[in-house]
Amino acid sequence: MTAWVELAIEIAGTKVHMTRGGKGPPVLVLHRDIGMPASSLFHDELAKSADVIVPHHPGWGDSQRAEWMRSVRDLAVMHRGLLAELKIQEAVLVGLGFGGWIAAEMATMAPADVAKLVLVGPMGVKPSQGDIFDQAIVSYIDYARAGFHDPKAFEKIYDAEPSTDQLEAWDIAREMCFRIAWKPYMYSQTLPHLLRTVKVPTLLVWGDKDRIVPLSAGDRYLAALPKAKLEVIKDCGHCVDLEQPRRLAELITPFMAG
Amino acid sequence: MHLMYFTEQPMSAYDANEGLRYGATALTFSNKHFDPVAGSRLYNEYLEQYVYAEDVGIDGIMLNEHHNAPFCMQAKANIFASVLAGATKRVKIVMLGNPLPLAENPIRLAEELAMIDMISKGRLVSGFVRGGGQEQLATGVNPAYNRERFEEAHDLIVKTWTVPGPFRWEGTHYQHRVVNPWALPLQKPYPRVWIPGVISKETIIWAAKQRYPYIALNTSIPQTKQIWKLYDETAAAVGYKSGPENRGYLARIHVAETEDKAIENAKQFMWMQGEFTGLAHPVWANPSGYFSPSGRRSFVEFAVGRAKNPRGNPTFEEQRADGMIICGTPQQVLRPIRHLLEETRPGIMAVWGNDGNVSHRDSMTCIRLLGQEVFPQVREWAKELGLNSPFEAEAPVSIAYAKDLKQSTIAAE
Repeated sequence: MTAWVELAIEIAGTKVHMTRGGKGPPVLVLHRDIGMPASSLFHDELAKSADVIVPHHPGWGDSQRAEWMRSVRDLAVMHRGLLAELKIQEAVLVGLGFGGWIAAEMATMAPADVAKLVLVGPMGVKPSQGDIFDQAIVSYIDYARAGFHDPKAFEKIYDAEPSTDQLEAWDIAREMCFRIAWKPYMYSQTLPHLLRTVKVPTLLVWGDKDRIVPLSAGDRYLAALPKAKLEVIKDCGHCVDLEQPRRLAELITPFMAG
Repeated sequence: MHLMYFTEQPMSAYDANEGLRYGATALTFSNKHFDPVAGSRLYNEYLEQYVYAEDVGIDGIMLNEHHNAPFCMQAKANIFASVLAGATKRVKIVMLGNPLPLAENPIRLAEELAMIDMISKGRLVSGFVRGGGQEQLATGVNPAYNRERFEEAHDLIVKTWTVPGPFRWEGTHYQHRVVNPWALPLQKPYPRVWIPGVISKETIIWAAKQRYPYIALNTSIPQTKQIWKLYDETAAAVGYKSGPENRGYLARIHVAETEDKAIENAKQFMWMQGEFTGLAHPVWANPSGYFSPSGRRSFVEFAVGRAKNPRGNPTFEEQRADGMIICGTPQQVLRPIRHLLEETRPGIMAVWGNDGNVSHRDSMTCIRLLGQEVFPQVREWAKELGLNSPFEAEAPVSIAYAKDLKQSTIAAE
């Protein structure tokens, strides 16, 4: 098992907590809108061949909230600041769901210093068919469950009856989503245009049973990103890293090395 | 004592079974069940009832607004206020109120309200609310900034009413480069502002700091006393003594010629399965960020069905027994009203008289009995108990216009 180290640094006056583990080229993993679970097999798998850095987004988990933050682009700038503080010149960005949107924004800001881009069911782009699932009208548990195709996979990670601490964390996470991605909900109207400047090799991964972000958004990403390919995983929901962690790591590891 | 008539303006002409089948009667309950023919009839009946309330001597008409739900047909309180400004001569038009955070342009609200005040010849009371959680979702307004938007929109409207334009407003949520509307309120310094609410502490403290009367919306007597305690403490801290002129109370009271008829009609207060705002998911009523963070832990348990509704689900009989619903003949309702007056000491009282499927005819009877048989006695008692309205007490419109502050005060925020 990987030895994970907890650390915190200040970015734009905001204390950002993260875990870091493994050896190899740096990989920044950006967690999804419902936050990061206590442990992740996917992170462990990645850390076998990479220096994996997993920050809690400002306002999520242990990281401080930046009251002034108003957009996902602000969040992307914060994470670029984090890489700079860690003196990382070039990193692979792995974005999960909502984190995929952040990673895509980061890539558009400085297309030359992203080594590779991995977007797993990313939000951020308006699907051509269907809509991004609106979490505002369902309970925290129902929303988190909707991220999984197999209910057992959800229960393995969060338990059939998630703890009150977890519910509170989800409420805080949801509030952060509202604060920075309320309207348009969970996408940017300009991102698809800016993505055309991103020349880095990009791996898009989608669960074929994703109920949160319709696969049609994947086609739009594919059309906008000059060097992208799309892998669709069978019988998998939105949370690919939690539902099929080994399968996802198997796709990403050779892509990073290639 | 200022005595008002209120109705939610129920959209009673929908099939209640459809709501039960769907499992909700708010936000996402389809408007294919809305019948505009019945809607047109109901709007006109409500208008007739309001005009009649003036005819029988009631002091004010209380208006509110809600969205996406059959429990309330008023999607924009300013529309009815405008109609009443022309259709009535004497009653106060009491908005409780305009949901400020829903406004993308508070200057337009300031203009509309100024027009209503001028057309009504100075009869507007301009209450403001945050708007319930469902209203934010129904109108696409970010619930996480609800309180910030409420306070900023209020400050902008008051400045628009009191400071000659043009001026600029470069705020956090609102930016306006040329504030200079050619419509200003007739009442000076500006129309009275009353703030209704249920229990939100932050709102009570805010209202007390502004010296705006707080209208407790059908809270229990113990809850109401807690509200006044917090209000009074805040008032003392900012240098004034609060009293009945700072207190309003909304009670559900249905009056009929016979007790049986009154009970039958009062049961309609439960028409939304006892939920004022209809059957709804808890996360609609309290979207994340809308609620005070201090209540987060208990709320999340409720939202996933692990804790009971903190408001409970009292039956009609229980609510009648503890005075949360009052009904009967005029003689029968007077005693519980006297009890309410003695216990909660309001200077403003709103009577929510009719709800659900109470017929137009019975609604008119209720209004007549309230105006002619109940309210005259309530006024006498109010005099005896020293329950003066803000008008009778000549209370300042806000703390900024007070001349009786006791100490160096904290400026109203």
